[in-house]
Amino acid sequence: MPTKHTIAVLVNDQPGVLQRVSGLFGRRGFNIESITVGQSEEAGLSRMVIVTEGDSGTLEQIEKQLYKLIDVIKVIDLSSKPMVARELALIKVKAEPNVRPEIMGVVETFRAAVVDIGTHSMMVQVVGDTDKIDAMIELMKPYGIKELSRTGVTAMIRGNAT
Amino acid sequence: MNAQSAMMGSKEQLREKWMKPEVITGSEILLRSLLLEGVECVFGYPGGAVLYIYDAMHGFDDFKHVLTRHEQGAIHAADGYARASGKVGVCIATSGPGATNLVTGIATAYMDSVPLVVITGNVATNFIGTDAFQEADITGITMPITKHSYLVRDVEDLPRIIHEAFHIASTGRKGPVLIDIPKDVSANKTMFKPVTEVNIRGYNPTVNPNRLQTDKLLKAIETAQRPLILAGGGVVYSGGHDELYRFVTTTGIPITTTLLGLGGFPSGHDLWTGMPGMHGTFASNKALQNTDLLINIGARFDDRVTMKLQGFAPHAKVVHIDIDPAEIGKNVPTDIPIVGDVKSVLEILNKDAKYAHVDAWRAQVMQWKEEQPLQYEDSDTELKPQWVIEMLHRTTEGQAIVTTDVGQHQMWAAQFYKFNQPRSFVTSGGLGTMGFGFPSAIGAQMAHPDRLVISINGDGGMQMCAQELAICAINNIPVKVVIINNQVLGMVRQWQEIIYKGRYSHIDLEGSPDFPKLAEAYGVKGLRATNKEEAEAAWQEALNTPGPVVVEFVVRKGENVYPMVQAGDTIDQMILGDSE
Repeated sequence: MPTKHTIAVLVNDQPGVLQRVSGLFGRRGFNIESITVGQSEEAGLSRMVIVTEGDSGTLEQIEKQLYKLIDVIKVIDLSSKPMVARELALIKVKAEPNVRPEIMGVVETFRAAVVDIGTHSMMVQVVGDTDKIDAMIELMKPYGIKELSRTGVTAMIRGNAT
Repeated sequence: MNAQSAMMGSKEQLREKWMKPEVITGSEILLRSLLLEGVECVFGYPGGAVLYIYDAMHGFDDFKHVLTRHEQGAIHAADGYARASGKVGVCIATSGPGATNLVTGIATAYMDSVPLVVITGNVATNFIGTDAFQEADITGITMPITKHSYLVRDVEDLPRIIHEAFHIASTGRKGPVLIDIPKDVSANKTMFKPVTEVNIRGYNPTVNPNRLQTDKLLKAIETAQRPLILAGGGVVYSGGHDELYRFVTTTGIPITTTLLGLGGFPSGHDLWTGMPGMHGTFASNKALQNTDLLINIGARFDDRVTMKLQGFAPHAKVVHIDIDPAEIGKNVPTDIPIVGDVKSVLEILNKDAKYAHVDAWRAQVMQWKEEQPLQYEDSDTELKPQWVIEMLHRTTEGQAIVTTDVGQHQMWAAQFYKFNQPRSFVTSGGLGTMGFGFPSAIGAQMAHPDRLVISINGDGGMQMCAQELAICAINNIPVKVVIINNQVLGMVRQWQEIIYKGRYSHIDLEGSPDFPKLAEAYGVKGLRATNKEEAEAAWQEALNTPGPVVVEFVVRKGENVYPMVQAGDTIDQMILGDSE
């Protein structure tokens, strides 16, 4: 049965490495729901966090195919263990002065933050798991979302495990 | 020239000569590094972006450079060299069109796990990304069809990259590695310090298998009633043919070998059932569908072998031995996965392998072999392609290295030339590349200057790289080029006849050249045969002629390859012949 999986891929910080990884997903028909890349704890290595969907066989193939790339050092199936997954969204929402208090109320409930205010708009920053971001966006829709930018998921295993 | 000649000193002498640290150009680093990797010949084609490299080659005679007439010829030749020798094949091309002309050859090598180091030039680093003249992002273009690739940005990295490239190409699951060298990198100078060690973090192929898994396999053999071995290219590539022979003869388990596995096990052996799959033998396909323990040794369950996956080997517990973990479970669910080098795995298995008491099963397999051997209806008025292949086998006593192109002649060669030695059959399996057969024979002959190399082609594929006749002529590369001419794209015709209800669409190769005359135009002897008598005489003349010869056999147009399994059917749904 297809389920969501979050995997971390530790890669050599080489030009083209993102293309190698994303190209592999594309040509083998694996799904990419989100992909984030950034520095890791070690100089010269980047960490990618990829959210994908598939059955257990597909996940196994994804891991094995990733390991075939020379620049891939390690593949970790984060979602097989207790993990913390977060993404960030910036939402620019229409906000005439009369609705601002209402929006502020939603922002506070979600422990989000207002990071900019324009004459007719507000920019809201929300951090959390994907469900929380989805919920926040749903609540902002009635006011009129002018612009939306999500980072995709980054994640780590809880506790001392790496 | 007689391929690699005595002009090259011993490897030790060359190392002595080239190991000295010196300030030299990237081009000289490349040439010296290739020598240090043991390269004896490279195939290539110069152009603007590799001119520094070719300038460094001026007067350089420590390895042989073969100038082909098309980059596609160069890479297929390097591929043939690698497959026939087991060494890494090397080719060089310039940037842009030179590099893109290699794409088919790189994909061919990738699909069949052939170790190649492919060197391309590129525009100078400050021009990269500007759509400069003859610029192409060849590392980007070839990313899906290389095992790894490098774009060299600094001449200092060159010695390390070349050493890594050879290591990656020739270890684990072998494959093509591309090194793209911008023009300024090949011109810049640095102190050359040869690299002799390699340390690639995260790249550590598993050679030795997990003993628990090999023990499981041995136990499974003890309880199996109908075991079968399916052996593939991994046997040949790992050099594990002797170990396979011991394993098969010790256990007495029947064996089928895939197209790329042909030669990995002697075809005359009683336990050998022939090739499986779409054009496999009746015995192999029946055995696959009835086995209760399928032991896959270095094959990748290609769809030309399995045909319809649902319903493939339906009663079998599946064992899969492969150096590439990603192959295990990719197509066929596996009960006993064994990751490791085929030769190493078989060495371990052979220590404890025992005879399998499955006499009834062996008798059944023998009966299938006897019931439905490969056969064809011979003719006294027309030349039959199967008869021609049988004649080639008979007159060479199966000792030649045979390369083929792709199509009906390829399948007939696989069926009717009986291979008994590894690396004696060179063919494009995974990609099915027309144009591969003839240039790959040039490479195979360069690897084995003293052996008889026969290149079997159709009249279609021969016209895709025929220009390489020139390099046979000028270098006196004595390939015997066979053209099975049925005046048509035979395999396409067969599909259109059987699957598309005889609606023949664009398959007649009208306007083909007079092949013997084409050969002569290049300075190669050309012969033609239209009946058995002429065929025997022409072939004898070809064998007695030193140097390259082209022999055209004009055969019956409508001949089909049987058995045949249609796409979508399971492998025991075989069409056995025209009479059905």
